[in-house]
Amino acid sequence: MTAWERMGLVHDKNRPTISDYIPAIFTRFMEFHGDRYYGDDAAILGGIGYLSDTAVTVIAQMKGRNLEENKRSNFSMPHPEGYRKALRLAKQAEKFKRPIICLVDTPGAYCGIEAEKRGQGEAIARNLYEFMTLKTPIISVVLGEGGSGGALALAVCDELAMLENALYSVISPRGAASILWKDSSKEREACEILKITAEDLTKFGVCDKIIKEPDGGAQNAPEQAADSIYEYLVDAVNRLNSADRTELVERRYQKFRKIGMYAE
Amino acid sequence: MASIEDLFKVVKNRFVDDSRPAAKSKGVEIPQDLLFKCPRCGNVLYKEEFVRALNVCPKCDYHARLTWQERLELTVDDGSFVEFDAELRSLNPIGFPKYEEKIAKLKEQCGTNEAIVTGECTIRGYRCVIGIMDSHFMMASMGSVVGEKITRAFEYATERGLPVVMFTASGGARMQEGIISLMQMAKTSGAVKRHSDAGGLYVTVLTDPTTGGVAASFASLGDIILAEPKVLIGFAGRRVIEDTIRQRLPDDFQSAEFQQECGFVDMIVSRGMMRKALSNILKLHGFPKETAVRK
Repeated sequence: MTAWERMGLVHDKNRPTISDYIPAIFTRFMEFHGDRYYGDDAAILGGIGYLSDTAVTVIAQMKGRNLEENKRSNFSMPHPEGYRKALRLAKQAEKFKRPIICLVDTPGAYCGIEAEKRGQGEAIARNLYEFMTLKTPIISVVLGEGGSGGALALAVCDELAMLENALYSVISPRGAASILWKDSSKEREACEILKITAEDLTKFGVCDKIIKEPDGGAQNAPEQAADSIYEYLVDAVNRLNSADRTELVERRYQKFRKIGMYAE
Repeated sequence: MASIEDLFKVVKNRFVDDSRPAAKSKGVEIPQDLLFKCPRCGNVLYKEEFVRALNVCPKCDYHARLTWQERLELTVDDGSFVEFDAELRSLNPIGFPKYEEKIAKLKEQCGTNEAIVTGECTIRGYRCVIGIMDSHFMMASMGSVVGEKITRAFEYATERGLPVVMFTASGGARMQEGIISLMQMAKTSGAVKRHSDAGGLYVTVLTDPTTGGVAASFASLGDIILAEPKVLIGFAGRRVIEDTIRQRLPDDFQSAEFQQECGFVDMIVSRGMMRKALSNILKLHGFPKETAVRK
């Protein structure tokens, strides 16, 4: 399947979101609000719950299932306070020795006046910086769209998994087309050039695990998709939770440290 | 200030006298190599005067973009600079059309393999690791080489307990390297974290323009963040925001001054004072002044 075809699936209005996945994957889930500085951003949902019998912290980007939900969650485009809430909950997870599960699904961090005033760049940078050395396992799963820095802010992790049809890109194909050819309608061409599928990202050492989707895409059998994510997460948490914390952090640094292609 | 205004008038008159007949008869454009037009206020002056003013617009104080050579010359002690990783060069990880050709051309134009030059130097006698980004090289976008050079510079500084001074300028992540460029944001931020955890001092100097993935990684992570006057600093591009909100943004939006008001810049330092500000910061953190200038 081409990247463009997968993009169609990712944008399918029936594609499951965290509203479907969280109840199916976690038990006794409780949502926590606010960054303690400015406000609460509905584009990022955070809380705690059980994954099987392990208490975990969940940080997830909120794609709405309809216009009303999307208005509330700003189409899953977080403001700085969303990233700061994520960081607060991540530090809390470290304190109470809970593994962190990040569920990534965003077109990107929000671009607007207020986001700039409150330091969108600083908020994302701070997450990259702090997540790199948190002494607790971090597992990120890209569910649909992984839009640039807005996704990366929840994806500095020990393992990155992607749903089979999920995409993760440095720039939206539309944005790339408008920069490259001054023509955003060439989105389709940019989509293929950018190499943004789970398969591509596995080759680059960015994606560690591809989670298979039901035939034709997750929207055809949301429960089955949730089961596959659950199985992966239980396995990953068990593996990572037994690792020595210092080693875990060192391996995380090395995972990102070695990504790059150059000659000398 | 009166003298500068007068000078400006003289320059302007000279410009008008010199160029008008030519402009009328042939419709030629402003000769780039003789005159400088400020992109902020539209002020036009002789390049010579502009260079003498350290590439700062005398009318609006906009600190124009420098090449890495100009920045180096203005910042480090003569003969003290030793470059790191000059041979590091880009490959084409996602097979992006015409990427190699573009890089080859820029190498020639800019006299460097990539958009950042890193090394070790002294600034008024204080030893530090330095990085200078050059916006003339593909808008100093961050790909594998930029990310790797920054990471190595921080690792070097961490091992030796040296402070790092980073002159940032960038359009953001380099889309021609796809997802690998995005990962450089995490990689560099991780290297900054390790340097910081080891007690290292990191000073960022935000220059024109510091935006996108660089603003959202190492550029925003300095212990102390300085900025040059009137430069552009922000996460999202101005046009992107204007398209999103469907209204024109005020002129000073995302300026250094705006960022200071919002709480993201410690100090705005003019170009002529930068060496002094940096050496003072290094001194105040207890680093020793070296007397002998290393060759």
